[in-house]
Amino acid sequence: MKRKVKKSKSKVSQLHEVSFTLNGKKVFCKVKSATVLLDLIRDVFELKGTKPGCNEGECGACTVLVDGAPVNSCLFLAINADGKKLTTIEGLMKPDGTLDPVQESLVQNGAVQCGFCTSGMTMTIKALVNKYENIPHVPGEIKSEIPTRDEIKKHLEGNLCRCTGYVKILDAAEKLFSKEE
Amino acid sequence: MKKELKVIGKPIPKHDARMRVTGEAVYGHDIVLPNMLYGAILRTEHPSAILESIDVSAAKKLPGVVCVITAEDVDVNNIGYKRDHPILKKGEVNCTRDEIAAVAAETKEIARQALKLIKVKYKVRKGVYDAFEALKESSPQINKFISGKFDNKNIAETFHYEHGNLEEEKKKSAAIVTRRFTLPRMTHACMATSNITASFNPVDRKLLLYSSTQVPFLYQRDMAHALKMNPSDIRVIQPIIGGGFGSKLDMHPFEPICALLSIKTGRPVQILYSREEEFIASPIRQPMVIDLTAGVDKKGNFTFREINIVKDNGAYTSWGATTPFVIMQAFSSLYKLGACRFDAKAVYTNNIFAGSFRGYGNPQATFALERVIDLLADEIGMDHAEIRLLNANEKGETTGQGLHYETCGHKECLETVISKSHYSKKKALDKGERFKRGIGLASMLHVGGGAKIYRSDGCGTTLKIDPYGYCTIITGSNEIGQGSETVLAMIASEELGIELKKIKVINTDTDIKPWDVGVHASRTSFVAGNSLLGAIKILKEKLNKKAAQLLKADHSEFEYENNQIRSAKTNDSIALDKVVREMHFSEPNELAIASFFYEPSSKFQDKNFKGNVSGTYAFASQSIEVEVDTYTGNVRVLDVYVAQDVGKVLNPLLLDGQIEGGILQGVGYALTEELLMHEGKILNPNFHNYKMLTASDIPNIHFFPIETNDKEGPYGAKGVGEAPLIPTAAAITNAVCNALGVEFVELPLTPERILKAISLNKKNNNHNANPISL
Repeated sequence: MKRKVKKSKSKVSQLHEVSFTLNGKKVFCKVKSATVLLDLIRDVFELKGTKPGCNEGECGACTVLVDGAPVNSCLFLAINADGKKLTTIEGLMKPDGTLDPVQESLVQNGAVQCGFCTSGMTMTIKALVNKYENIPHVPGEIKSEIPTRDEIKKHLEGNLCRCTGYVKILDAAEKLFSKEE
Repeated sequence: MKKELKVIGKPIPKHDARMRVTGEAVYGHDIVLPNMLYGAILRTEHPSAILESIDVSAAKKLPGVVCVITAEDVDVNNIGYKRDHPILKKGEVNCTRDEIAAVAAETKEIARQALKLIKVKYKVRKGVYDAFEALKESSPQINKFISGKFDNKNIAETFHYEHGNLEEEKKKSAAIVTRRFTLPRMTHACMATSNITASFNPVDRKLLLYSSTQVPFLYQRDMAHALKMNPSDIRVIQPIIGGGFGSKLDMHPFEPICALLSIKTGRPVQILYSREEEFIASPIRQPMVIDLTAGVDKKGNFTFREINIVKDNGAYTSWGATTPFVIMQAFSSLYKLGACRFDAKAVYTNNIFAGSFRGYGNPQATFALERVIDLLADEIGMDHAEIRLLNANEKGETTGQGLHYETCGHKECLETVISKSHYSKKKALDKGERFKRGIGLASMLHVGGGAKIYRSDGCGTTLKIDPYGYCTIITGSNEIGQGSETVLAMIASEELGIELKKIKVINTDTDIKPWDVGVHASRTSFVAGNSLLGAIKILKEKLNKKAAQLLKADHSEFEYENNQIRSAKTNDSIALDKVVREMHFSEPNELAIASFFYEPSSKFQDKNFKGNVSGTYAFASQSIEVEVDTYTGNVRVLDVYVAQDVGKVLNPLLLDGQIEGGILQGVGYALTEELLMHEGKILNPNFHNYKMLTASDIPNIHFFPIETNDKEGPYGAKGVGEAPLIPTAAAITNAVCNALGVEFVELPLTPERILKAISLNKKNNNHNANPISL
């Protein structure tokens, strides 16, 4: 990456105060204008579960949820997190060790090999679950709105995996949308 | 009577999947040590140049920079198995990856900034970027560190093999086909970039490395040689590894460089590659040109194969240069064959050097061989499926090279995919207009029980059961995501009747674990599994003795289940943890520990490369259906039928994962993946332009495991990891050729190549279209 090095004579980089909700907790910190969310999460909050795969928005390994929607945290400026609700992979498991259904499904369906893409995959699938959960339906009745396998594939296109061939990841995602409540 | 298996064969999720799915698994990128510095490497701007001067003075003055090193500052040995690769380059550079200087600084940003302050004066040279060019007398010598044992100054390594009477077999041949195949550079693109954290302790002068090597014990030795240290003063710990696929078989310069920065500063140093650096400076699948001439008699029996391979070795020699070990097995021993003559050479150029990559040359070989088999069949008017079935390998066969197939599922694999894919029916179908469909077949042979390419292909295990009934497996083998750890835990659970959650696998520390060659050659479940079974047998003898004493039994037949040891005769039982406590605390006071070193029955090949190099052999066949859009040149892989002789299914869930992941890598090799180079520089070092496949690109995969129950394997299992990608590109290409009625001799089959082939074919309007080389 040929990013230009800032000349030392340039203005002292200004720090910005940001406050947001991180995995359910209110946090605040000071960040530089150019700090990306990925570095803030990993280096300042020391949440290492979010993975740096390419730092250029191509691989999806660093996906986190901002207000429930998936973003590449390597491209998302930390200052833009102000006032938002952030969820990282560490925010999914319950304190008693119960996995989120997305995580549990990935485990049970053999969707994890080396695991470096897994955090990002998990968050991207979680976003899809969020999206469909927000579609109102009558509890107890058969859900009419569920994504097709092709829609799930399309949704996961931004997340690269080198180990699994995606099949088991898709199986895991698909099983989350069972037709019956 | 065979005991019914309770754990083996069940779809059990990966042992540590919960760690990996919660973000709790610690990869190399996640390690932070107290007082740690960040390292960065300055690479050359030109692939071939004289280094006139290197000025690091400005970099050294930058606040936050702790150390800057060049070749002048270090006393080290060359690396690589030919020892032809300087860690830091001096006097000249010969490839775009070449390391000129390295920096350690307080932050990543300062380290990167310091690199920009290093002034290097180059005298740019023309460079040699083609292996055939490099072989010419007029070309300069590219690598100055070679022994000169070959007649050409740019040859790094040669291989010669032959069996049978070639001239006789040529005379028998009713048809002979000759083709030249050109194979591209493909990169591993592991999701985690290369990384290392080195921590040299200035007090005890010991070096601790957190490294993602696949071969920790070979690495420890190589590192010690490079740094002129005692191997035992180097401790290698493997954090969780974010993808391997062969890329971590060689030790690369950044690793000893990081160690040197730590030694110089007395502080821990971490180097993490950026994605661009990963594309530029991590290994590739070796590119090669394969000239293949093969014959068939009028009945369809294969007669001979004559092979000449020129491999672009790049500027330095990696394990990639030794892929002919495997390549020659495919040519000499896949399908029955009268005679074979094989020559391969690795030629130095100013291109990037290779490494090993899942399949180890076999995808290249299988592509050429399986393509030519279709052509031979056409020449004698025989069906593509029929000619393969006629020549398929058989149980009990010993090939010309001396590979002995104690079990062999080749024919069954072929029959399975031919019937399940409705091959004959689909092949005869009308191809369509714009969207043309085609179907292709290919098989593969690969080592399935390790490969004795070092003096030992063994693996050690230490097994213990603690007084609480938990079991710890300390194995020499390691886990790089493939799931072998889980398989080992399953074996221990099966044999000792201990539930899986009470089994721990320790496999990451060279100071603790017993020796093993490493993860390669699809060997881990086979070799480490057998090693564990050996240790279990010894431990059970100890436990049985104690159990007999406690149960007052006069025999030694006991069964292990539900954490109990039960007498097979009286049905009396006793808790396993109680037996262990009694072993520890009552006379003669012994530990419930056993060690075992397993060495496969395979043989180290003689200098003519003959001998039974593996404990067993794996076979697979694939039948693949494609659809080609003749307007856009796009190829869609519709269905992949794969049958693989896995010996025995140990865990169907993990097995599926290996098959599916391998096939998609094979589809990438066939259709989209190529690291493009121009005059030694890489043109597409990013995921935007290097086309890895996504979830939308996956074909329907229909997998049929073939169980041949090899007596050498744990429960009859064979190695599985590499096989699934080996025949994929060949079968896809055969399918595309079938769809379009034209020939291809190059990979990948990009839309450009497809469209060009279609238009040339139209122009020629010729049934015997010439092979398209673009």
